[in-house]
Amino acid sequence: MENNLAVTPATLVITFALVIFAMVISYKQELGLTKDIAWGITRAIVQLTIVGYFLKYIFNVNNISLTLAMVVIIILNAAWNSSKRSNGLPNSLLISILAMTLATSVCLVVLIASGSLKLVPSQIVPITGMIASNAMVASGLSYRSMDSLFRDQHQQVLEKLALGATPFQATKTIIQEAIKTGMAPTIDSSKTLGLVSLPGMMSGLIFAGVDPVKAIGYQIMVTFMLLATTSLSSITVVYLGYKQYYNDEEQLVR
Amino acid sequence: MIQFRDVHYQVKDKQILTAINFAISTGEAVTIVGPSGSGKSTILKLLAKIISPSSGSIEVNEQNISTLPSASYRQQVSYCFQQPVLFGKNVRDNFQFVYDIRAKEYYENHVLETLASLDLKPEILDQEIADLSGGEKQRVALARNTIFMPQVLLLDEVTTGLDLTTKSLILDWLADLNAKQNVTIIKVTHEEDEIAASTRLLEVNEGRLTENGK
Ligand SMILES: Nc1ncnc2c1ncn2[C@@H]1O[C@H](COP(=O)(O)OP(=O)(O)OP(=O)(O)O)[C@@H](O)[C@H]1O
Ligand SMILES: [Mg+2]
Repeated sequence: MENNLAVTPATLVITFALVIFAMVISYKQELGLTKDIAWGITRAIVQLTIVGYFLKYIFNVNNISLTLAMVVIIILNAAWNSSKRSNGLPNSLLISILAMTLATSVCLVVLIASGSLKLVPSQIVPITGMIASNAMVASGLSYRSMDSLFRDQHQQVLEKLALGATPFQATKTIIQEAIKTGMAPTIDSSKTLGLVSLPGMMSGLIFAGVDPVKAIGYQIMVTFMLLATTSLSSITVVYLGYKQYYNDEEQLVR
Repeated sequence: MIQFRDVHYQVKDKQILTAINFAISTGEAVTIVGPSGSGKSTILKLLAKIISPSSGSIEVNEQNISTLPSASYRQQVSYCFQQPVLFGKNVRDNFQFVYDIRAKEYYENHVLETLASLDLKPEILDQEIADLSGGEKQRVALARNTIFMPQVLLLDEVTTGLDLTTKSLILDWLADLNAKQNVTIIKVTHEEDEIAASTRLLEVNEGRLTENGK
């Protein structure tokens, strides 16, 4: 996709001036956001510059083990972030790593095997990022929802156990609810695709001059993939996670 | 046959039960009494395996209960909570649940019989949980524990706050279970008349058993 896309220095300068304008307003109006904005743009500039050069390097080297190493780093990062949502659940990092690895590898394998994706870093890395970040958000939501449901329904769960239910039976409604919560944003956004927003990948392709009809093909593929990813990751963290609320005498311990 | 052997229970540094020893034979009806906070509910929860002793052992039919599969054990030693919570949308969901967990098909006729024995009308099945009165809630909870009759029934202040009619109804119903179906009943109560009428008394004070007999 060689093309003449480029951001001119003039554009950067002018948009930066707009940021300064925002900071001045924040300062004058005492919104207390000046520092935050400054910190935000500094981080954005530094992180993106590093990532830009890093990606350029990786794409140029085009080495399989380096690409896979990149995939592993993305997965670990996503898992770390998702497990932070679990409110200190034992083994949550391990569970998250498993969930992210499962979701990412299933999607990557399917996409590569079916020929839509080539094993080159410029395709693998961005797609992995997209999958992992969705899996991260979905599993994080599931963790959080599961934890608050356990808190709200503590007495109910105890009653069910006392009636002779297994932990799974006593937790079934919580499990269903937590998985639903994790998947809801993806399902909702798939309903409004193209109507409310043109999603990032499709916008990018159209921007780069790809025929919109082809771009839509990609977007449909991505939508399938994200639905699969969010369900896989939510199901994994919830099914493995709920057990951490019990001990091996089937008592509620959290 | 239930046996507590030197049972201690503590949470963090807080000693809640100390050196509890007692035995209860099958088919007995026992009343546990003691001041608020003395550890009565804790004894029932230990026996129901909702929690485990910090040390000592609890045996039922000569088996240490910590070695028994919890879910099926709890179906036989059934605990009815102090202020029980019903779940689901309506009353029927609660009965459906006790069938589901046993992989048994829901049989409404049997549920209706149990409800009738507690003077509850069939219409109550479709009533929403939030609309029940306190006495109805308590009786639905008791029915839920006894649709499949356990060997041991653990009752935590099930008559507290009820009017005299409902209270004596529940007491007669329990006496019936005990006499006709040989269900062992261990109940906690603060009610003077129940204490006076009981055949065997266990008294708990500050986490210790201070009386064991009548
Ligand atoms: N998980 C726990 N953590 C801390 N303290 C606890 C815990 N469980 C019970 N306790 C304490 O143990 C004591 C005994 O509690 P328990 O519920 O057995 O009392 P009780 O005799 O049933 O009282 P009541 O008649 O008011 O129901 C109380 O002081 C209670 O606060
Ligand atoms: Mg109590």
